[in-house]
Amino acid sequence: MIALGQFLEVLIGGLMSGVLYSLVALGFVLIFKASGVFNYAQGAMVLLAGLALVRALDLLVANGLPLWVAVVLAIGFAAVIMAATAWLIERLVIGPLVNQDALTLFMSTIGVTFVIEGAAEMIFGSDVYPLRLFPTDAWFLFEGLFPGGILVNKLDVWGALIAGVLVAGLAVFFQRTKTGRALRAVADDHLAAHSIGIPISWIWFVVWLVAGLVALVAATVWGTKLGVQFSITFLALKALPVLIIGGLTSIPGAIVGGLIVGAGEKLAEVYLGPSIGGGIEYWFAYVLALAVLLLRPQGLFGERIIERI
Amino acid sequence: MASIARNVLMLAAALAGAALSAPAAAQNEQFIPILSYRTGPYAVNGAPYANGVVDYYNLINERDGGINGIKILIEECETGYATDKGVECYERLKSKGPTGAAFINPLSTGITFALTEKTATDKIPIITMGYGRADSKNGAVFAYNFPLLGTYWSAADIAIQYVAKELGGFDKLKGRKISLLYHDSPYGKEPIPMLQVLAQKYGFDFTPIPVTHPGVEQKSQWLAIRQNRPDYVLVWGWGVMNSTAINEAAAVAYPRDKMIGVWWSGAEPDVTPAGDQAAGYKSLMLQHGAGKFLVHADIEKYLYAKGKGSTEPGKIGEILYNRGMTNAMLGVEAIRKAQEKFGKKPLTGEQVRWGLENLILTADRIKELGFEGMLKPVSISCSDHEGARYGRVQQWDGKGWKVISDWYTADESLIEPLVADVSAKYAAEKKIQPRDCAKET
Repeated sequence: MIALGQFLEVLIGGLMSGVLYSLVALGFVLIFKASGVFNYAQGAMVLLAGLALVRALDLLVANGLPLWVAVVLAIGFAAVIMAATAWLIERLVIGPLVNQDALTLFMSTIGVTFVIEGAAEMIFGSDVYPLRLFPTDAWFLFEGLFPGGILVNKLDVWGALIAGVLVAGLAVFFQRTKTGRALRAVADDHLAAHSIGIPISWIWFVVWLVAGLVALVAATVWGTKLGVQFSITFLALKALPVLIIGGLTSIPGAIVGGLIVGAGEKLAEVYLGPSIGGGIEYWFAYVLALAVLLLRPQGLFGERIIERI
Repeated sequence: MASIARNVLMLAAALAGAALSAPAAAQNEQFIPILSYRTGPYAVNGAPYANGVVDYYNLINERDGGINGIKILIEECETGYATDKGVECYERLKSKGPTGAAFINPLSTGITFALTEKTATDKIPIITMGYGRADSKNGAVFAYNFPLLGTYWSAADIAIQYVAKELGGFDKLKGRKISLLYHDSPYGKEPIPMLQVLAQKYGFDFTPIPVTHPGVEQKSQWLAIRQNRPDYVLVWGWGVMNSTAINEAAAVAYPRDKMIGVWWSGAEPDVTPAGDQAAGYKSLMLQHGAGKFLVHADIEKYLYAKGKGSTEPGKIGEILYNRGMTNAMLGVEAIRKAQEKFGKKPLTGEQVRWGLENLILTADRIKELGFEGMLKPVSISCSDHEGARYGRVQQWDGKGWKVISDWYTADESLIEPLVADVSAKYAAEKKIQPRDCAKET
């Protein structure tokens, strides 16, 4: 019974961690889905959003504003920063590179990563800034059944709820709104979309803005978990295997990929780690991703690309 | 908001291509390279340390006009705590200045491992205060390595001494479970051999638990700890790994006062991100803690009052700032010692090595330097490149660090056989003929 309780605890903890990875992966999916650009800067965007949020929040609280007012205003400020970033990226990077191949666009986002990281730390500071938007203690479930119960962290549950709402909202946005349908049209063929009057610049601004706002949501959860600091940018590396498994073009895929990666790496670390030296979860996630690539290169939920030769 | 506005202006200036002035080498200056990391995942710990180093060198120039009139010329190189960049920085800076680098402080055990052979060939001392290779305490084999004030083997021994005291004696260690949560790097792995020796001697069950760089994800490690329920968890982390460990410990309800960090896991940036959850967390002290002493008054008077400080005035006296300052002071005093033998002029690394190996700082000299209360006497010799092995334990109370123990001295009778064994293997592997320390002066 103890072993079952421990297994369930690791499994649930892993699934919850995976959802937090999905929050970051969603930003990648959005931009790739709408513009075919693999946005390497998504991790840096989480850092920028988090820094803007926490520094504004600290300032507003220090000036005596009630916490909830300060939180609302700080989130608004961070959203404005992300909008400005989206506009600048569209104007200065993606717009001028229209019609370039995917690799060129990908390389440009690597450049964007370094600019965002440097600018964010220069403007907002490079210290660790604590953020407490959600509870971080734990529930201990089924204590009657399992000695010590099954630990479930409240922050992880908040993260899962937020991810659920986010996915539902994005699904509605893509399927039901005019802008969302325009985004999908641009993603399919931006020249054809342009020829029927869809403003490409505006659409790309919108998609980078939405990815920026998703980054802001990820920053609220990860900032509460780690404190807002440079290391948040490393989350991009945690999101990569999630994307490979879930598929680069699928929003539900980002969630399912996150669940597989989270559960897989935690179970591997706890049950396989001790016998092979430990510290295996980072590469184990990529092993999982590699296995999926071999069987299904477009990911579990990605669109199968069929091209005539 | 003013600081943010200032930062925006700085950024604008940088983007506008403001020229960066490179230090010009003069013939009567002593060149000291600074390997630092002000960017990247470890910047939160690297920046305050670098500020302490830079401020102390600047103080010597501003207050004393240099070391006996020889001005210190510094140049920083950003390593990002990456070994490859550290080696690159070393190669770029080792020959600068009229006599080359006086010594090198890599502030990374990984970089130290990579540079140990190169520095010996180049005859440039490598100072690793409170870190680096523990076996390099043996100066007979490691002539150019100086792990001053405490190696990780000394730290491991002091940590176990503290645990034993808390439990009521060394005999109470038998059958206890002690885990080591470590950064999966040369730094984090370094204490393992010593802890294995200690586990065997005292009969406790030792479990090492690696955490992958940079340490942002530790859920599986802490779920394993929750299941294994060790009596103590020693933390050998750096940067974000430390605060994440504290957060995860809180999440699995592991008592913070049963966690003991090494001295690199016990500074302000390690506890503040965890907020109230960090209260009770303990760490070793590399002798000093936070706070201001006489030397800080001079730093404020000669640098900050004139707008020449490296950081915000409120950060002077933080733990890592003080450690950087102490590290710089030991280097300066080694140069001063070497000047007694080789003359008041810029010295080569080889000459400074002699100064380091013959450096003795008495309590009176430490008081003169303004470090009284931060540092106990140091006595470096050919056979002992560590020079001192004292430590204390501090505890975070939610607002600040409080010293909660008396002084401990690492037990040489346990450490020395391991040092002799491992350094002898290194000497054999690298075909080094150990020096006869009895003949060294």
